[in-house]
Amino acid sequence: METKLLRRASYFKWIEQLLNFQKIYGVVSEDGKVFYRNITSPKELVESFIISDMSAKSYIFPPVEKLFTFIKYKDKINIENVNLDIISNKIIIGLRPCDAIAIKNLVSIFKCAPEESFFMKRVDKIIIITYACNKIDDYCFCTSIGGSPGNVRGSDILLTKTNSGDYITEIITNKGKSITSIAPKLFEEITTDLQKEKYLINVPIRFENAYLEDKINNLFNTSIFDKYAMRCIGCNICAFVCPVCTCFDIQDEMKGIKGHRIRCWDSCGSKLFTLHTSGYNPRSTQGMRWRQRLMHKFSYIPKQIHMKGYVGCVGCGRCSRHCPVDMSMSEQLADIVNKNYPN
Amino acid sequence: MNQINEMAIKLLAEKKVQIVIGYTNGSSGKIRPFFANTEKECEKLIFDERCIQNLAIYLLKKEISLLNEKQAILANVYTLRSIIRLAAEKQIKENSLIVITFSDERHLFEFCTFKSIEDYLSNQNLQLSQSDAVLLYKLNHMNSQERWVFWQNKMENCIRCYACRQACPLCYCMQCVVELNQPQWIPVSINKIGNMEWHIMRAMHLAGRCTGCGQCGKVCPKNIPIHILPIRLAEEIKNLYGSITGVSKNEFCEMATYKSDDKEYFFK
Repeated sequence: METKLLRRASYFKWIEQLLNFQKIYGVVSEDGKVFYRNITSPKELVESFIISDMSAKSYIFPPVEKLFTFIKYKDKINIENVNLDIISNKIIIGLRPCDAIAIKNLVSIFKCAPEESFFMKRVDKIIIITYACNKIDDYCFCTSIGGSPGNVRGSDILLTKTNSGDYITEIITNKGKSITSIAPKLFEEITTDLQKEKYLINVPIRFENAYLEDKINNLFNTSIFDKYAMRCIGCNICAFVCPVCTCFDIQDEMKGIKGHRIRCWDSCGSKLFTLHTSGYNPRSTQGMRWRQRLMHKFSYIPKQIHMKGYVGCVGCGRCSRHCPVDMSMSEQLADIVNKNYPN
Repeated sequence: MNQINEMAIKLLAEKKVQIVIGYTNGSSGKIRPFFANTEKECEKLIFDERCIQNLAIYLLKKEISLLNEKQAILANVYTLRSIIRLAAEKQIKENSLIVITFSDERHLFEFCTFKSIEDYLSNQNLQLSQSDAVLLYKLNHMNSQERWVFWQNKMENCIRCYACRQACPLCYCMQCVVELNQPQWIPVSINKIGNMEWHIMRAMHLAGRCTGCGQCGKVCPKNIPIHILPIRLAEEIKNLYGSITGVSKNEFCEMATYKSDDKEYFFK
């Protein structure tokens, strides 16, 4: 890893040069919405924002992925695989450190067994440029879950904006190196005492996570989740804006004898998620579904992947920010950690 | 303590209800739905102009109704209309519900019968909000091509989270058509056509039933003004049949009624 200084003017030049040979998706802002879009000029990029509304997840785990196409004849079915070579190189600009960590976490989930080729191909093809955080809101809680506003995990390049608008540029991976080496002159050596920590926002710790897993495991048979989920309306927003939620549904879409099998995002919050064909639903109440959501993120995934830290959540706060009934995950986690609920 | 907190505590103390469905302060200045089962919880209730969410969905949530036979609900005008509409569609019972609302002069009213809500609503302004009226005017003055482009651009952003359906008090079907896959009526794929089919279908299903609370549009994470579709259809129903919805428990379901001696064969 190396650290360089990228002057503000050089930053724009560099993006312009990158645009010559690669597609760039960057965070832009319109009508109060902050979202990713294929950009054609660095001027489109939004300068000041907290976090994009949707995460960058859809670039590696699209909402709908065609798995194969088929033609159904009377006596046989012809199956045609999807050509993965059409997945193109992409540079994605504007993630926050939590989003970049999320991509790393997604990889560990999809690698679990067996390795997932669609996903892995897409991950191979993206280069991630992250902005360190200099702005937060009441929903950010990365520091409570093992992250930090200047974390480099998962990023290929991390940019930290200084007061003068220049960027302290950490080139973390070979992929990062490959896109900075196209214009080496733009990246200057840092000669002065320039500390990125000085420019990072402080994200308050909302709860201590050391005992979270044990505590949440002990609550499985309590009614606490019913209480939390009382106001939950069972929509899919939290799962769809979450950078780490990976649950999907498999469906066939047909037109005449031709069709394709698709994999589309799904959410444990919806009633249909566990509904059996018989009509029986093992998660029959919203409380049970909400329990699954929290348990999956803070107990099952860490157990399954044998990874330290909470891979199921990165503390971006999107689920709470966008929830129409203000289900606040960090508030509930703090409640679980700080209160001694009877087992 | 505010009047609303006293009122809620009294209702619980007198055992008139087991739960008060209301609002409280949430995160970051937001107002969130809140459920008070105890006196202590009642103290957290708030009820003012900021409480715009339609809580009528919770009257149909079985996790609440199974545990609390008698309920009180804090209702703004939109919630009142939803309650009346749900009564017209025989989804809620009169004797298990106490409805509390407040007037412009901040007087609290307590209703124990649907009739009393009807009477109250008959003196209320049921006009569209300013922003909805402006958007509706804009859409009505587009030609069909412009309108099609407008909606296509909006629908393209839909992520099919179904928050619109979940937040709607009148979307209470046991099984939604979008969940059926044998046959599949609406493609699950997120694309212009699939999204459009979903929203048109939903709007048609709400035609003449929607009470115009706009909750579906408010909850949309992509800010798609989908509430305008059923509101526009309500305008159509009003022009055709002269009726508006959510004002009388005996009101008609214009688009969901039939006669067994209808001349069309498919009714036989």
